[in-house]
Amino acid sequence: MRKFLMSTAAIATLFAAPVPLAFADESVEVLHWWTSGGEAAALDVLKKNLEGQGVTWKDMPVAGGGGEAAMTALRARVTAGDPPTAVQALGFDITDWAKQGVVGDLGEVADKEGWDKVVPAALQNFAKYDGKWIAAPVNVHSTNWVWINKKALDAAGGKAPETWDELIVVLDKMKANGISPLGHGGQAWQDATIFDAVVLSLGTDFYKQSMIDLDPAALGGDKMVEAFDRMAKLKTYVDQDFSGRDWNLASAMVIEGKAGMQMMGDWAKGEFLKAGQKPGTDFVCIRFPGTQGAVTFNSDMFMMFKVGDDKKAAQMKMASDIEDPGFQSSFNVVKGSVPARTDVPDTAFDDCGKKGIKDLAEASTSGKLFGSMAHGYAAPAAVKNALYDVVTRNFNGELDSKAAAAALAEAIAAAKG
Amino acid sequence: MADLTTTAPRAVTNPRATLQDLLPKIVLAPSFALILIFVYGFIVFTAFLSFSGSKLLPDFSTWVGLNNYVRLFNHPNWITALKNLAIFSTLYIVVCSAIGLALAIFLDQKIRGEGVLRPIYLYPMALSFIVTGVAWKWFLDPGIGLEHVMQSWGWESFSFRWIKDGKMAIYTIVIAAVWQSSGFVMAMFLAGLRGVDNEIIKAAQIDGASTLTIYRRIIIPLMRPVFLSAFVVLAHLAIKSYDLVVAMTDGGPGTATWTPALFMQKFTFGRNEMGMGAASAIIMMMMIFAIIVPYLYSELGKKK
Repeated sequence: MRKFLMSTAAIATLFAAPVPLAFADESVEVLHWWTSGGEAAALDVLKKNLEGQGVTWKDMPVAGGGGEAAMTALRARVTAGDPPTAVQALGFDITDWAKQGVVGDLGEVADKEGWDKVVPAALQNFAKYDGKWIAAPVNVHSTNWVWINKKALDAAGGKAPETWDELIVVLDKMKANGISPLGHGGQAWQDATIFDAVVLSLGTDFYKQSMIDLDPAALGGDKMVEAFDRMAKLKTYVDQDFSGRDWNLASAMVIEGKAGMQMMGDWAKGEFLKAGQKPGTDFVCIRFPGTQGAVTFNSDMFMMFKVGDDKKAAQMKMASDIEDPGFQSSFNVVKGSVPARTDVPDTAFDDCGKKGIKDLAEASTSGKLFGSMAHGYAAPAAVKNALYDVVTRNFNGELDSKAAAAALAEAIAAAKG
Repeated sequence: MADLTTTAPRAVTNPRATLQDLLPKIVLAPSFALILIFVYGFIVFTAFLSFSGSKLLPDFSTWVGLNNYVRLFNHPNWITALKNLAIFSTLYIVVCSAIGLALAIFLDQKIRGEGVLRPIYLYPMALSFIVTGVAWKWFLDPGIGLEHVMQSWGWESFSFRWIKDGKMAIYTIVIAAVWQSSGFVMAMFLAGLRGVDNEIIKAAQIDGASTLTIYRRIIIPLMRPVFLSAFVVLAHLAIKSYDLVVAMTDGGPGTATWTPALFMQKFTFGRNEMGMGAASAIIMMMMIFAIIVPYLYSELGKKK
């Protein structure tokens, strides 16, 4: 059936697209969803580098944050037997594609440039499959950040919270000061982003047991009930119009001082910088209280597909350019994330970026660098979304904490099957 | 062949006659083939998928029997989706028909300016559900929409936050859908009303029947086929309702406004559960068939 499909698709493409068969020069076709201003500018750096080496860049942008639309487009291309050269992809999606046997092998470049030594092991779990490099990591986002409006923090005592109890004190003071303490958007992935940090704040072991190992006892246990209790507590600091709000509008609330803080990954920093704010003077970046020293990450990678020999050289050049320390620095300064290799100098980064690089290196060596559940780096898509369902239902008051913990264990067991 | 055609006049007409016989078939063949492959072929393909263990891509190497269906009906989101469909489709069909019929009867009173009024009611249908959804999302948003405006006009206690309330959000989708479609239903009913034989109405008037009675006892019963058509059109729109939900709530708050079509899309393409997605698509198709098949039977049966 599959073969039949592919051959019909191949015939269809023969009729539909009289593509010139031979390209004299080298080219890469790149499928990605970085279409917004800052992201597109960051990607442009890579494009320019490649063009300098005589490689033409064929852009294939499929908009839609999170890349769901891009993955749908990719399915069609792969089933037709004509995958793009490189595809922006996240976490377990990469592993899932690798299982289909359609990805390329970057071993040549990776061995020559020694990627094994400089890319954190936690990232290698995704960028390598079966011992072979299949994807080039571009950056590391960490998701357990809190972005606080400096004025609001000063009005609430001025000390950045370091523990859960201190956080509650600050939130209460902000509430008393008449602002909405927590800027948040009620979308499942945003609820889950906070949930990641809350679980992590109850201990790194607990995070590993529940989110990475998916241990049913941890998922349905008392500690998980406490995690949901904390979520319910945080819900009380969210304004009543939060449902459905986009994350950048929640950032805007913090920037304007209507809200005190936002719990969001480091892509939120871009919003603050765009508004002309300075880290340390206008806003403060801290790790989610109780999680300093540990990092939950997600990482944008370019997954490389099996291509014909004529395109292989260009693919290798692209992979090499992505891991170039100069590119890693200039790209991530623009994007707000931190480099995917630990040997890139932090001189070009702002204070939050420097802290991010330092925290990442520290967490990587101490074994406290974990994949983010909310962003597809802890478990495959089916499990991730099963967790989304439960977390968002709890956050919207449909399930109390006990029921939520039980539902979580049940939903994840069902999604694994 | 050439000799035959020049010598025997009968043979000239024969190829032409065969051609005339064949022509409709030749003209229809491409579209028939396309429909056969791209509609029925893919229905069969989806049915196969729903029995396979497909995750990311179609995969026919593992067969799981009815397991996808079992998991589907054990999934809380699917149950939510079915409940929402029941609420949504019932209200949507009933309210749309009622409003559509009322508007049609009012417009049928030989009023002046009907030519202006009719398109006004019909225009929402020209918008896509995405546009309707976005507009209503903003309109109903308490922070910027109706509630905000009412409060800024001085009605401080005014509160309308259904779209943010998991229990009521599905009803906001009904409101938007009804707004979009009732004009179209009105047009259907209006055409039906215009088709009613004037003689019957006049006869009833001579017998002294009031306007109300004429409508209640004569005209509305005569419009049974229009009701049926409206029902079929609205019911299948309700079952496949996807774009409106995505634009208005994207299934939220929480999972409160999931619909079967949303479920299908999210599971097939977002959660790499192609088998379960296919199973939900098959269930949706069976629901539509359950409506369409009896309708076709009654319509086609009548003509014979």
